[in-house]
Formats: sequence, structure tokens, C-alpha cells
Amino acid sequence: MTVQQSDLTLDGNAIGGLLREIFTMEMTTAEGTCASCGRVAMVGEVVVYVNAPGTVVRCPSCDAVLMRIVQGRGKYWLDLTGVRCLVFSA
Amino acid sequence: MSSRGPRLLEWKLGTVAELVQETPRVASLVLDVPEWHGHLAGQHVDVRLTADDGYQAQRSYSIASAPEDPRLAITVERLDDGEVSPYLVGEVRKGDKVELRGPIGGYFVWRATDDRPLLLIAGGSGIAPLMAMIRHRAAASSTTPTRLLYSSRSYDDVIYRAELERLASARDGLSVSHTLTRTQPSGWNGYSRRIDGVMLAEVAWPKERMPVIYICGPTPMVEAAASLLVDMGYDASSIKTERFGATGG
Repeated sequence: MTVQQSDLTLDGNAIGGLLREIFTMEMTTAEGTCASCGRVAMVGEVVVYVNAPGTVVRCPSCDAVLMRIVQGRGKYWLDLTGVRCLVFSA
Repeated sequence: MSSRGPRLLEWKLGTVAELVQETPRVASLVLDVPEWHGHLAGQHVDVRLTADDGYQAQRSYSIASAPEDPRLAITVERLDDGEVSPYLVGEVRKGDKVELRGPIGGYFVWRATDDRPLLLIAGGSGIAPLMAMIRHRAAASSTTPTRLLYSSRSYDDVIYRAELERLASARDGLSVSHTLTRTQPSGWNGYSRRIDGVMLAEVAWPKERMPVIYICGPTPMVEAAASLLVDMGYDASSIKTERFGATGG
């Protein structure tokens, strides 16, 4: 198991490597639309909590949960319920 | 921006070619990394340490070297209760191998082809990615008007102090302002407090010049500086931030 940064508030830049394990593209410039408030934010500017279990990504405008990413036992759990649409360069 | 280099982000073994003690608590590791496909100023790498029993700890460190530099440099602040930084600052020796992957990130990056006035605001070891930009600017012979506001606790905590003095004395459009928040040497003529609106009004480019702004440091400092600038009327989309957290350990 990989231990990430402890109880910290960071931003989307900090999960660029984790997202590159899942997506093949550079993801900090991907734009996500918040399913709660409609704010479009780049992954680099979202609020990220890396205190276990897993990583929680929140909207910089309304604080709703955008993504939850948990990894362990050889698997990833990726919950994108809070992102209506995620757009990134091919 | 499209991805650079191979699509799969692989762990690589870098070799420590040089160690630079920047301040009592901060060191730079200059690394030879095989098959490194280059980076952009502002990107970071993930560094992973593996203990004998297989336990792994991983942290992100900004790249401090310019894309033009042949070797990759990261600058690490030692946090006494950290899992990774006490090894990288104090234990690691020249010739040791360090496992890393990158470059990572495309949001907090600056290219020397961008000629808008540049405002860089750093707190503590948050200077590292901004130093990559300043070094890139110099290596590319850019004369982009650039101002750095750099907050440190004390004079001895100022990372890259001599190099910043040298680069600012070149008079090619770079100016450096320091603020020392805890202690100041006698005769200090820089700022002596946390970054505030008055300081930003003195240092920042007028908003009519449409500067591009990069802020990196501890989360409270980054958020304070960014919201002050937005309140002052700077375009929020021209402000890019990177939070170091309470710093990662």
C-alpha cells in the first residue's frame, strides 16, 4: 500500500501522479463540471484532501464532493458522482 | 496541453549526482535520470521510498531546475516527523538511487514564450517551482518583466538566496522582494511581516498590465494572497496556485 501525504488540504496538482495511474492523459488541466453547482474548474485548482481512507476532491465554489479515489488491495475505487462532465485533451 | 513523453507514467531510478545544502533545513538533490523526456517549469515529480519490509511512502516535490538544465533538481525541506524528507535531507548520499516518476502537472506551468508580465509569490519551500520558472526565464534569455515576492521566516531560511541576488543583479527585468516574517538581521531593509494587501499593492504589477500570477507555498499563505489579489481586482483566471499543505513530510 502506498502512503500519501497525511492529514492535509492540498489542491489538484498534488494528485496529478495518482490520476496518471488511472488516465493516460495529463489531468491537472482537465476541466470538471460540478454536478451540484455547475462550476467548471480545472483539476489543478480543486481542493483535495489526502487524509485516508483515500483521496477526496471537492469543488472550489460549493465544497461538494467531486471525486473519491481509493486504492488498495490491487484495486482502484473511483467515484465520479459529483462530476457531471470531465473534459481533457486527447 | 497534450501529455509529454510516454503515456504510461513509469517509476524510474534517478542517481543523486550532487547535494546542495540550501539552508539548515532544506537541501536540493540534483539527479541523473535515465530516459528523462524533459519537463516544463512548474511541474513536479513523485518520489517513492521503499523500506526493507516493503512499506512504501510517497511524496510530491516540485522540480526546481530549468527545462534547459541537463539534470533534474528537486528541493526538499526536512520535516522532523516526516516519512520521506528526513531521508532526502540528511540521509541520502551522492551516488544513491532515488525512485521517482514524472514530470507531472500541466496547470501550474509557465513557458518563457509567454511574454505577459510575471508575478511570482512564494512562501518558504514553495519557491521551488517558481525557481524553475526563474531559471527557465534566464536560460531562455527571456526579458519578460518579472517580480518575485518571497516570504521566509528568517534570513537564513531564504532558499537560493545568492542565486536570486545574482539573477536580479543582471538587470534584465527580474526584481526580487523579500519579506522575513519571524526574525530579521540588523539593517534589514526588506519587508518584515506576512504578505498583506499593502505589500501586494507595492510589489504587484498594476492589474491594467494583465500580469500572469503564480503563487506557491503553505495553504493558508496561498489562499490569503490569492484572495487579496482577487479583491484588488486581478482576474482570477490569471492567478495560478499550488498549495504545499502543511508541507508533505
